Amino acid sequence: MKKETWRELTIGTINLQAGNSVSNLTGTWRSGRRPEFIEENCIQCFFCWLYCPHFAVHVEEGKVTGFNHDYCTGCGLCAEECPTKEKAIVMVKEEVKLAGGGKK
Amino acid sequence: MSAVKILNGNQTIAEAVRQIDPDVVAAYPITPSTAIVETIAQFKADGLISGEFVCPESEHSAMSVCIGAAAAGGRVMTATCSQGLALMWEMLYIAAGLRLPIVAAIANRALSAPINIHGDHSDTMGARDSGWIQIYSENCQEAYDNFIQAFRIAEHLDVRTPVLVGLDGFIISHSAESVLIEDDIKVRNFIGEFKPVFPLLDTSRKITVGPIDFTDYYFEHKRGQIEGIENSPRIIEEVGREYGQKFGRPYGFFEEYQMEDAETAIVVMSSAAGTGKDAVDELRSEGLRIGLLKPRVFRPFPHEKIAEALKKMKAVAVLDRASSPGAFGAPLFTEIRSALYDYNQRPKIVNYVYGLGGRDINVEHFKEVAAKLRKIAETGKVEETLGYLNLRE
Repeated sequence: MKKETWRELTIGTINLQAGNSVSNLTGTWRSGRRPEFIEENCIQCFFCWLYCPHFAVHVEEGKVTGFNHDYCTGCGLCAEECPTKEKAIVMVKEEVKLAGGGKK
Repeated sequence: MSAVKILNGNQTIAEAVRQIDPDVVAAYPITPSTAIVETIAQFKADGLISGEFVCPESEHSAMSVCIGAAAAGGRVMTATCSQGLALMWEMLYIAAGLRLPIVAAIANRALSAPINIHGDHSDTMGARDSGWIQIYSENCQEAYDNFIQAFRIAEHLDVRTPVLVGLDGFIISHSAESVLIEDDIKVRNFIGEFKPVFPLLDTSRKITVGPIDFTDYYFEHKRGQIEGIENSPRIIEEVGREYGQKFGRPYGFFEEYQMEDAETAIVVMSSAAGTGKDAVDELRSEGLRIGLLKPRVFRPFPHEKIAEALKKMKAVAVLDRASSPGAFGAPLFTEIRSALYDYNQRPKIVNYVYGLGGRDINVEHFKEVAAKLRKIAETGKVEETLGYLNLRE
């Protein structure tokens, strides 16, 4: 994407495309590990959803169903905060993909 | 109707605020600017202004409220000084970076330590790279005139940059003078209606204000910000001229006093310039061809115009009411010396720091400087580049 010159930018850092962080795939920041969801251990407490800094916890019909890896940075907060004795979220190793990472 | 009133600097600024009636005033009281805030609060309580008056818990919050209100699309102002301005420091850069036309009255006061409540320029000089336009006043009348013009300058669509107006703490803020307060309607007409640019409260257009920039955009946005203040000299000139046409007191970047045939000159800002002019009068009656140049606009610095005004002098002394520890000289001095660098014909130039923490500067001290300048002009030699006036050695 061609980046604007300073003359082309809107005054005062104003971004006229509000909500365009959707196009910023923060999943590309992930390096080496990602969360894995173990549904049978999940008590649907929504701690992971609450704590996730990137809204990457996927919810369907009021239930946590897994993760959106386009945005998950692999920080591990969800697994850390998961309160069940047998964790419903564990961090697993993944292959680092430098180009197009996070698309999976 | 216009009327001559006996007011001190703080009351004068408050009068201008009453006339302008901004959408939002957010301020936290701090000596010596407290009375500006108190008087505005009284005006609000008495129903004399319709704008919101917000009392946050600190100056940092006061400037934050100003930023939010200005981004929402309001005409906004504040008042502070010294530690208060220092506490606003990070928010000053944000106001400028977001190109919000906030206006601030600053009753210039020394910075701690040691703690001191009296006048010097340490506070605003500390904010000189924050991106704000800086205008300084010699007396109450100038504080009033500058404050009114500040809104027009800040809000101009080519500028959209915050403006601070300095009035020396106590010397101006607390000294009563006769001030011509112009007609309310005329002042309001001069200011005109506020035109917000991309206001957040316009819900028909969703925008983001102040998103994060990484290495890919920060530099471009900063360059855009610089353009605003670079555009401002033309506007400052236009507004100063129009103010003169409407109210009879025109303003430029600086005032020249007895400079036409002067061989030596003293450069000094704000209230001390009044004392300096008295000294020039006395020295002239003794036959000395000396003049005085009083900068009004410090940011943007009118480097070319000041250099043109000073280049033919034999010797120039720049008086700074702030120090810049470890620097080549105090802020005004380094600007002016640098402005003269490109000229083949240029004066010998020296710097005197004066008046820190409100220390008096009298006619005698200006005469001391004049004598040094005379010697430099005669011998062509500078013995010391940086000196201190009225300091116990």
